[in-house]
Amino acid sequence: MAKAFTPSVITANALLEGDVIYLTAQGWTRDLAQAEVFDDEAIAEDRLIEASAQTDQVVGVYLANVDASSGTPVSTHFREAFRAKGPSNYIHGKQETL
Amino acid sequence: MYSYTEFDDTFIAARNAQFRAQVERRVDGSLTEDEFKPLRLMNGLYLQLHAYMLRVAIPYGTLNGGQMRQLAFIADKWDKGYGHFTTRQNIQYNWPELRDVPDMLDALAEVDMHAIQTSGNTIRNVTADHFAGAAADEVADPRPIAELIRQWSTDHPEFQFLPRKFKVAVSGAAHDRAVIKAHDIGLRIVERDGVQGFEVIVGGGLGRTPMIGKVLYDFVDAEDLLPTLEAIVSVYNLLGRRDNKYKARIKITVHENGIEDIRARVDARYALIRPQFTGVDQQMLSRIEADFAKPTFKTQSLAAYESAYTNDPVFRSWADTNLAVHRAQGYAIVSISLKAHGKTPGDASTEQMRVMADLAEEFGHNELRISHEQNVILPHVHRGDLPALHARLKEFGLATANIGLISDIIACPGMDYCALATARSIPIAQEIATRFDELKLEHDVGPLKIKISGCINACGHHHVGHIGILGLDRAGVENYQITLGGDATEAAAIGERAGPGFSADAIIPAIERLVLAYLDLRTEQSETFLQTYRRLGLAPFKAALYPEAQADAA
Repeated sequence: MAKAFTPSVITANALLEGDVIYLTAQGWTRDLAQAEVFDDEAIAEDRLIEASAQTDQVVGVYLANVDASSGTPVSTHFREAFRAKGPSNYIHGKQETL
Repeated sequence: MYSYTEFDDTFIAARNAQFRAQVERRVDGSLTEDEFKPLRLMNGLYLQLHAYMLRVAIPYGTLNGGQMRQLAFIADKWDKGYGHFTTRQNIQYNWPELRDVPDMLDALAEVDMHAIQTSGNTIRNVTADHFAGAAADEVADPRPIAELIRQWSTDHPEFQFLPRKFKVAVSGAAHDRAVIKAHDIGLRIVERDGVQGFEVIVGGGLGRTPMIGKVLYDFVDAEDLLPTLEAIVSVYNLLGRRDNKYKARIKITVHENGIEDIRARVDARYALIRPQFTGVDQQMLSRIEADFAKPTFKTQSLAAYESAYTNDPVFRSWADTNLAVHRAQGYAIVSISLKAHGKTPGDASTEQMRVMADLAEEFGHNELRISHEQNVILPHVHRGDLPALHARLKEFGLATANIGLISDIIACPGMDYCALATARSIPIAQEIATRFDELKLEHDVGPLKIKISGCINACGHHHVGHIGILGLDRAGVENYQITLGGDATEAAAIGERAGPGFSADAIIPAIERLVLAYLDLRTEQSETFLQTYRRLGLAPFKAALYPEAQADAA
């Protein structure tokens, strides 16, 4: 039996700044809370192809699992949690502006 | 120290212009990321977890005040106001933007620096003893030969696409401060019958399959060194595995083929290529050696030092811990700790970088070194100047008296920055340092090297830590394995795994139990952690780490 699809967001790094970014219905955001959550695997794969084609804007596009049960996507793996927030050694990086 | 020739200036300018054009073509879409990635890596530019990272070469960790000040300028203008000094004696900028990198490289070139071969499957930045040219136990300064190797290897047409990266370290002293036995090639300057030559060690390395290097030749004459290196790397280039990146390092080549077979192949290759080395390299070496002329040391009163040492316990504690014996009378080697308790190991703010540049110019013959232990060295300071120097260091948070102690931890960037990491390293180092500062045990514990890596690639040298910590991802949770008994010196040893790993919450108490057990187990205060471990073996330390297993067995 095929494994059930886990709710996911599409993430990448911005080409110019290198920042961690997430796909929304309108484009890219730096804030995971604003990311578009995909519950349907086929739709997610289609959007992943579209996003990956935006090579003038982004690098390394992939699907990342999230827990969206609260209505806002939250990373389910610590690696993605650090990407969403920034380094944990002291406050700098993304968390300065979020 | 070495400064660029006109040839170097032209070469670097052309290379930077080439990369500037490549960046422009990536931004305008003429180059895809797949096409651009190897080009940016050839210029030290990675894309890490949160941002780009530019790795700048500091050859054999040597730089002057002007170069340090320029590194600070670059961090202020194009990064976040700090730099991270690494176990490769380099500096990394964690937040550059792509469009700015060509300007950063041009700014580096202004002070004879670059980022070439700080990435890729090439011969990487050559490292050396961070006390080179100053250490009392030195046979010869290893930096001229390291510089010759750098010039030979930079853009070497045969060695730009090796099976994997290739690291060379050079030491000129009996005591190994350059971890030469854990490099692809380790060189040690030795003397035989009054003649200086090189012991050549190959096939060391850490990472997934840690190995201590083997002696390929116990003595190579100076004029035969470069053709010997060329023969070794040629044999590796041909024989090294390209089918599996984890088996591509020369340590595996040596292990799979045996040192005798490798020696026979290197001998054969050497015989073929030796005639091509007509002595030009030795002429170049003579010129380079002139660039590394020893400073003119002064004669000055020691009264200020003696008074501070007698009357100021803070200065005395720092002097006892952070100074090393210099070859010149009245001088000391100063290690500036970048390991203030609770701070990120290896990070320096731009203000601190400028202060260190000023102090080098004022008190240190304008020389600085970066150690593989992520500290900064002022190699030549007169003891009479030490009280004034210490006062300035204190003012800027640079006077932590912990060199070689439990909080002087090597920690790779780990998952706070690195795209390859499987767990964080830095917060573990921060917490250990903070905990032992709270316990006020650090100086009582004495010499103890803790080294932490956030993945199996072992950039934090955990295998050769007296206590090594390896961060892994266990089912989506950070987990930390402990190894014990590793040694990075001339008595190099790979640490032994102690047992199951610990969660991030449990690792600091585990280290505390381990160290408290050592304090109980040592026969006298002068017996170091490593000596106690070698005397007693793993068992009593394992009992301290896993008390519940002891209870279950009882």
